[in-house]
Amino acid sequence: MDNIAGSKSSLTWIVHISVALLVALWLFPTVGLLVSSFRTTDQISSSGWWQSLFPTEQNVTLRTTDPDDEGVQTLVDGVYTITGNLFEEAGAEISVWGSSSRAIDAYTVGETADLGDGETITVQANGDYVWTGNEELSGRGQRVFATAKTPPEFTWANYKRVLFSGSSTDSMAKAFFNTLTVTIPATIIPIVIAAFAAYALAWMDFPGRAILIALVVGLLVVPLQLALIPLLRLHLNIGIGKGYLGVWLAHTGFGLPLAIYLLRNYMVGLPRDIIENAKVDGATDFQIFTKIILPLSFPALASFAIFQFLWTWNDLLVAKVFLIDATGQTTVMTNQIVELLGTRGGNWEILATAAFVSIAVPLAVFFAMQKYLVRGLLAGSVK
Amino acid sequence: MHPAAQGLLTIFLGVGGCIAYFYFSNQFLDKVLFPAKGEHAGRNINRANMVRPWLFLFPAIFALGLYLAYPVFATLWYSLTDRDQGGAFVGLANYRQMFDDPKFWEAVQNNMLWLLVVPAASTAFGLLAAQLTDRIKWGSIAKSLIFMPMAISFVGASVIFKLIYDTRPVGQSQIGVLNAVWLQFDGGVGSFLILRLVPGLLMICAAAAALYVAWGMVQKALVGKGGGLATALRGVGTLLLAGIAFAALALAFGAFTKTYAYGVPQTWLTIPGWNSFFLMIVLIWIQTGFAMVILSAALRGIPEETVEAAIVDGANPFQVFFKIKMPQISGTIVVVWTTITLVVLKVFDIVFAMTNGQWETQVLANYMYDKLFRANDWGLGSASAMIIMLLVSPILIWNVYNARKEMR
Repeated sequence: MDNIAGSKSSLTWIVHISVALLVALWLFPTVGLLVSSFRTTDQISSSGWWQSLFPTEQNVTLRTTDPDDEGVQTLVDGVYTITGNLFEEAGAEISVWGSSSRAIDAYTVGETADLGDGETITVQANGDYVWTGNEELSGRGQRVFATAKTPPEFTWANYKRVLFSGSSTDSMAKAFFNTLTVTIPATIIPIVIAAFAAYALAWMDFPGRAILIALVVGLLVVPLQLALIPLLRLHLNIGIGKGYLGVWLAHTGFGLPLAIYLLRNYMVGLPRDIIENAKVDGATDFQIFTKIILPLSFPALASFAIFQFLWTWNDLLVAKVFLIDATGQTTVMTNQIVELLGTRGGNWEILATAAFVSIAVPLAVFFAMQKYLVRGLLAGSVK
Repeated sequence: MHPAAQGLLTIFLGVGGCIAYFYFSNQFLDKVLFPAKGEHAGRNINRANMVRPWLFLFPAIFALGLYLAYPVFATLWYSLTDRDQGGAFVGLANYRQMFDDPKFWEAVQNNMLWLLVVPAASTAFGLLAAQLTDRIKWGSIAKSLIFMPMAISFVGASVIFKLIYDTRPVGQSQIGVLNAVWLQFDGGVGSFLILRLVPGLLMICAAAAALYVAWGMVQKALVGKGGGLATALRGVGTLLLAGIAFAALALAFGAFTKTYAYGVPQTWLTIPGWNSFFLMIVLIWIQTGFAMVILSAALRGIPEETVEAAIVDGANPFQVFFKIKMPQISGTIVVVWTTITLVVLKVFDIVFAMTNGQWETQVLANYMYDKLFRANDWGLGSASAMIIMLLVSPILIWNVYNARKEMR
């Protein structure tokens, strides 16, 4: 298109801008979640994630060191004094502050507040304070309510909490391994079954082949909603019950039509000569299949494997029906996130982190194997 | 046993068992049942070759039959029985009960909206993205980024968009993008332009486009081209388009006359009528990448000569796109449309995670889940599953018909 007459139009820069806008629009939601997962609770509730790169003004409650701690109090000119900094990390800037939660903007920086009983406290913009008293200071540290500009800050704490804390409500670690346990057998087993069937449908001649292929195409679109009750009843009746075995079988069954369809379409396109030569040389169908067809079909196998992996990893419905029992020991990540949405609807740092943990693996697979995914999509739907 | 060990064992047993089954059944066929030696060697080889395909197919046919074909009939049967009466046949009672349920009609209505909006919007955005990225250098990177939501689960996407729709009380800073943007509007000139004029004009344009297409259909129907069936289809299409045009005009009127609550943060997911659209955006966001990838491949497949000839004849880029490229990829557009339609019919996770059907956002799949596992009414659940099957079946028949045509 580049070198034909009239293609170099003035529209080019508009195209570039529109594409950039479109990409930005499509990335924006995911980036929001990613950024939020690295922010603290206070940061998330005080400003939108798009402001996270700039200093934010928040109302914070700070506390001085405990007077009871060893060696913090010094006696200067007959006055008990504690000095220190309210912030754990430098960089924040206080604009106004107060010593009571009812008047958090009572004093500007540098002013001295009278706390009664002869105690006073002075707070500077960078958080340095001087707390004095006529008698020995005791109890817990003095609270200071401040409006402070804090520098942008990102933290791994959410990930630590979600992955390693072992907390029963927030932890995704177990759900992560459960998802993995569901996904891998549910991806591999249908491939093996489908590959043999696809070979028969592609390269063996027998009566009824056309009808079988039509049947597979038809089953491709049967909604799995229909399968829920009959199969759950079946599983309960034959003793599988709810559990991993049931969910593996269900995913295998539901994945088969696409697997057979994709693999058959690919195998039909393999060169006839190779197969016929092998037959002339005395190879059996089983040998042809394992030694010739299977290695040559790798791209189609990879395509289907990615589909099935993404589908089983992201699935909620099948897991809810066939896997997760009343004990909740076998919960998967999608289900865990839905539950978090219920119990921790407002705790975005936990939600965002949990969601991103579950998204990260499919995204990695997606970017690593995009080529096969696209190929599979094209083989599966363009006719 | 630890689930992970159980998983490994299952992989081993599943894969090993499959391979062993295929290997030994073939061996058995060739060595024991019909050995290719002795006096009947030729006949035996032929017989073995007649049986072998079924050996290869058996596990797949068994699994397909048990997990997909059998449930269709079983669900049909359950939908005609009542679990409380010990599975007694009750005829159409479940369906009658369902048709009396306002929640069901709400789900049907919402599903129809989803079916209209999501495939149309995803295909349109996908086509736009495919066409725009087709000729620029960083197109493949752009495509891969727009395609990315495909890998994200519906549940993950729901969390992502819940953050966008999040609402904080008045006075606190809004952390949801939508409300942050909403609070920028104050009822001034900018608000008039963006909230009234632009959507109003867009809706009027949509109505005009629908009426234009409908008028074309009426003209063709009057000429009587293509026989009775085509005329009937055109009549239905015209009525549908007229309905869409009317809805668009009503929305345009609404855009100019509605009073907006400026400066008040909105809880977007609880506004009946609009909240369904906010849920649809999630699915459109996911499916656009799919549409783009397929349509982009189709655009690449258009013979260069047709485009060059049009340009030499003086066509501008828009004419090239609408008059040369679009007709050539119309088949692919239909495929994309139907594929997304299938996804929409089964959409469950998004509604389940975001609103669970509250505030008039119910859809059929979630209605079914609700009846099945919360109300424990298997008859009603099966009946609604059969409705989904009914809606899917035209596409099923069309696909099978096409596949058969291709085979010949």
